[in-house]
Amino acid sequence: MKSKRWIVAAALGAAGVAFAAQEKVTLKEGPGMDKVRANCVACHSLDYIALNSPFLDEKGWDAVVTKMQKAFGAPIKEEDRKPITEYLSRYYGKR
Amino acid sequence: MNARRRFLAGLAIPAVSAVTTRSVFAAPWQPAELPEGAIGEGRLESLPGKVPLIKRSYRPPNFETPIDFFREPITRNDAFFVRYHLASIPPVDAKTWRLKVGGDAAKQPLEFDLARLRKEFQPAELVAVCQCSGNRRGMFQPHVQGVEWGVGAMGNARWSGIRLRDLLQRAGVADNAVEVAFDGADGPAMEGTPDFLKSLPVERALDENTLIAFEMNGKPLPHFNGFPARLIVPGWTGTYWMKHLVSVEVRSKPLGNFWMNPAYRIPAGLFPKVDHFKTQENAQNQPITDMVVNSLVTSVRDGQRVKRGQMVEVAGVAWDGGRGIRDVEISADDGKSWYLALLGNDLGRFSFRTFSHKFRVGEAAPVVRVRAYNTRGETQVEKLIFNPAGYHHNVVQRIRLEVA
Repeated sequence: MKSKRWIVAAALGAAGVAFAAQEKVTLKEGPGMDKVRANCVACHSLDYIALNSPFLDEKGWDAVVTKMQKAFGAPIKEEDRKPITEYLSRYYGKR
Repeated sequence: MNARRRFLAGLAIPAVSAVTTRSVFAAPWQPAELPEGAIGEGRLESLPGKVPLIKRSYRPPNFETPIDFFREPITRNDAFFVRYHLASIPPVDAKTWRLKVGGDAAKQPLEFDLARLRKEFQPAELVAVCQCSGNRRGMFQPHVQGVEWGVGAMGNARWSGIRLRDLLQRAGVADNAVEVAFDGADGPAMEGTPDFLKSLPVERALDENTLIAFEMNGKPLPHFNGFPARLIVPGWTGTYWMKHLVSVEVRSKPLGNFWMNPAYRIPAGLFPKVDHFKTQENAQNQPITDMVVNSLVTSVRDGQRVKRGQMVEVAGVAWDGGRGIRDVEISADDGKSWYLALLGNDLGRFSFRTFSHKFRVGEAAPVVRVRAYNTRGETQVEKLIFNPAGYHHNVVQRIRLEVA
């Protein structure tokens, strides 16, 4: 577990250094944005969110978050699920 | 590859694994059906070694070929689309690169460097379309989640290398072999993410047209298209065309992982004419296999203005899953009358086939429709065959021209 945490932390750090300058992705300001940024950016750039918008409802975004946890092993804390899903469906959800 | 090893290897030379892009702030043509967010994010930006392409995502890099590059039957290397699932893409040094061949149904494990592969096996070459399974996913109604591709997650190239069959026969394929699995040097950014491995039915792996390519259009594979070696599975969708190939595993049991199931699946029987992949099928669904018949018009666009009496050329490319294109029909009156298009040079049954037809604009505003047929008589569909992953979009295009 210790080594796994280190790898995640290192990946975040390296991702920040290697990609920050290139990925000109801004998210819409709003409650939950920080949690989205913190949980998603280790594995993929944040443009995936706008790319898949605006057609998913809250259930649809919840299914995406579940897929990231279950299929892709994203270590998203259970208490972060709701704010993440709420942010995504409020700012990038079906209109 | 092991995630930690790959990650550490990536750290050593971060500059190459990083996606450095240069925005040119131009708005490319994109199908109007794409999600609003996809159109907004779809700017022209360039990866190292590539001309500006339509950026779908930075990391992992997913970049689409703009439509103008399909005016030629062969797609340029520097304009060829880029598709990755996972963000750790280490640089591969051709000098230290090795290909391992083994598995529980291989008679003897082998390892090759690039020079030995080239020296010890007969060269093989063919022209084939590489198309992402999800090409045109963004045009699905209703929209489905994924990379929201327009029409350019595809390309056609001349691939040169060796036959996978020759390599497998050298290692020896045991009688109980059912599949051959492939791994590339790229992998996940996090340990819990399943590495991208894919398999083929053993018969398909032994097909004379399944290649390991080192070159694309006479030049080494670009980094972002799988340098120094990738699998070529003509007729089948890009998911099987493993990039940065490092491992070939002959298996007595089917490969079970996320990328074989539940990913890359179509509902069982929904596309009755496609190739089977028996060891991976179940009652609900089956793996996507060969491409369905399709065509793309490159000479005119929806909403384009034309003049009464003007001659208009309808040209583009047609392709299928390897039976070869037999005919392309074109209508300029929304399907009331159809004409056979002139076909371009035949570059082989796995290649794009160019087509063209000219018509004179009459009183009514022309509505152009194009449908290709393969040598089995299969054609494109009038109405989308919806499936949840967004595969096999081959709806006949409908291009409305305006008379000025």
